[in-house]
Amino acid sequence: MTILTTQQLVIDVPNRLSGTPLNLTIQPGQVWGVLGPNGAGKSTLLHTLAGLRAPRSGSVYLDEVPLAKLRRRQVAQALGVVFQERMDSFPATVLETALIGRHPFLSAWQRENSADYTLAEQALACLDIASLSERLVNTLSGGERQRVALATVLTQDPAIWLADEPTNHLDLHHQSAVMELMAEQAKQGKSVVMCLHDLNLAARWCDQILLLYPNGEAKWGPRERLLTAGRLEALYRQRLTVVEVNGAPVFVPI
Amino acid sequence: MRQGRGHSSMPLGLLALAALIALLFAISMGSASLSTAQLWAVAQGQGELLASTLVWELRLPRALSAFAVGGLLAVAGALMQVLLRNPLADPYVLGLSGGASIGALAAMLVGLGGFFVSGAAFIGALFSTLLVFGLAHGRGGWSPARLLLTGIVVASGWGAVITLILAMSPAERLPGMLYWLMGDLSYARTPWPPLLLLIAVCLLLVPLGRSLNVLARGAPQAAALGVNVRPMEWGIYILASLLTAAAVTTAGSIGFVGLVVPHMLRLLLGNDQRLILPACALAGGTLLVLADTLARTMIAPEQLPVGVITALLGVPTFLFLLHRSR
Repeated sequence: MTILTTQQLVIDVPNRLSGTPLNLTIQPGQVWGVLGPNGAGKSTLLHTLAGLRAPRSGSVYLDEVPLAKLRRRQVAQALGVVFQERMDSFPATVLETALIGRHPFLSAWQRENSADYTLAEQALACLDIASLSERLVNTLSGGERQRVALATVLTQDPAIWLADEPTNHLDLHHQSAVMELMAEQAKQGKSVVMCLHDLNLAARWCDQILLLYPNGEAKWGPRERLLTAGRLEALYRQRLTVVEVNGAPVFVPI
Repeated sequence: MRQGRGHSSMPLGLLALAALIALLFAISMGSASLSTAQLWAVAQGQGELLASTLVWELRLPRALSAFAVGGLLAVAGALMQVLLRNPLADPYVLGLSGGASIGALAAMLVGLGGFFVSGAAFIGALFSTLLVFGLAHGRGGWSPARLLLTGIVVASGWGAVITLILAMSPAERLPGMLYWLMGDLSYARTPWPPLLLLIAVCLLLVPLGRSLNVLARGAPQAAALGVNVRPMEWGIYILASLLTAAAVTTAGSIGFVGLVVPHMLRLLLGNDQRLILPACALAGGTLLVLADTLARTMIAPEQLPVGVITALLGVPTFLFLLHRSR
């Protein structure tokens, strides 16, 4: 059980004077949705939580140890990141790419063993790309590449998932499948923090919500309290209407 | 294209065999060709004096130098491509050969020869490395793109200075200078320093191979998977510069090997650095041994600059492989 916490954390967004200090406790089993308009700092927050970017002030703790005190490898054993943008200057196969997820667990002299291959192959199967395993990543479609990125983190099998728009480029079916995967991870005692643009995915799959405003303000708490039409209209500066479908709220812009 | 589960011994074995054949070819070819029987006699220490002098004192040291230089350049090129995440990078892209050339040409201009030319080339290469290092570091951020731009601008600066030195040089010194600029292994004295460096580097890179694979996916991804990106990047930069400096010092600036050999191997073997880097050492070495043998035999007793041959061999091979792959 790994708990990610922040104390008085202010993320470092250029040209922003201040922000609400974040005191978050991300418990095992929770699924957090980070919502906010473009440029509010969702990705910056995620990278800061991953220790890839220094905060302006405050700190992030992994099981009460400040992230800055841990070695990158130790962090990578507990915490996986799905990036929004990715570069593939040199082609690698889908299977090779997923196997990279084992990197934090292997010593410099070790090679991936059959258990590592099994994990990677299971991850590919789970994301419905097992048939692509020998394809070069740069020949895939955007949605397929997105699933390769998710499979890489699934192979890494971290206690904490930090996913930047995990449903990017995905078709409707795979959006649901990925959200189910995240929920399944949470059920296994992992925790998930994801930036989302789709309010309805957040409403259906997240139990905790963090709203990030362009001026640096933030509000967080249980979904029922945070996901109201009024708050979301103020957040996005967009009129919304709420309809009930099967007892769950669905937000529609008007 | 695909390597199996860590079965990299097969391609490396074939490349080692090719390297051995190339070295034997280099030893037997020349003004006096040696037959297999003669070579065998020499190897057992029983050959004629002329043959054994040819082999032990002239051809073998030169062939080994060529092998070491080719290997160093190919490994340095592969490292630079991973570091800059740019497939067009080569060992010289950051201005290193320009710095070395200026050192060497300046030494030749004032009439120094032999050891001093090599020494001046080495100092010039290191100076250029440190200059680009310092300028790219500058204030604030550092990125592969910034390093690449700094290197390219510094390199064009060196280009201008090289032209200036050539323009100022007396006519009788020009051929030597031009040969140096195009690469010339007759400057190589002992093969041991570059050869030992090549072996040491291949061993050093074994435990780093997987980290390099991760780094090739981009810095953020690598950091998220536990790689200490910044120290690793500087380490690769310094290492690749040192390898290039050693190669340039031994044989002048030989183009093409560092760009084309890593790409050829990537097209054939995939992109696992744990396989590509030792394969580069072997294939780069083999290419340069063959090129140097052709350079000194094609229009014997005259010699061609070896850089011309590497390009003439490399360009069509590379284009063929590129054309064949998707």
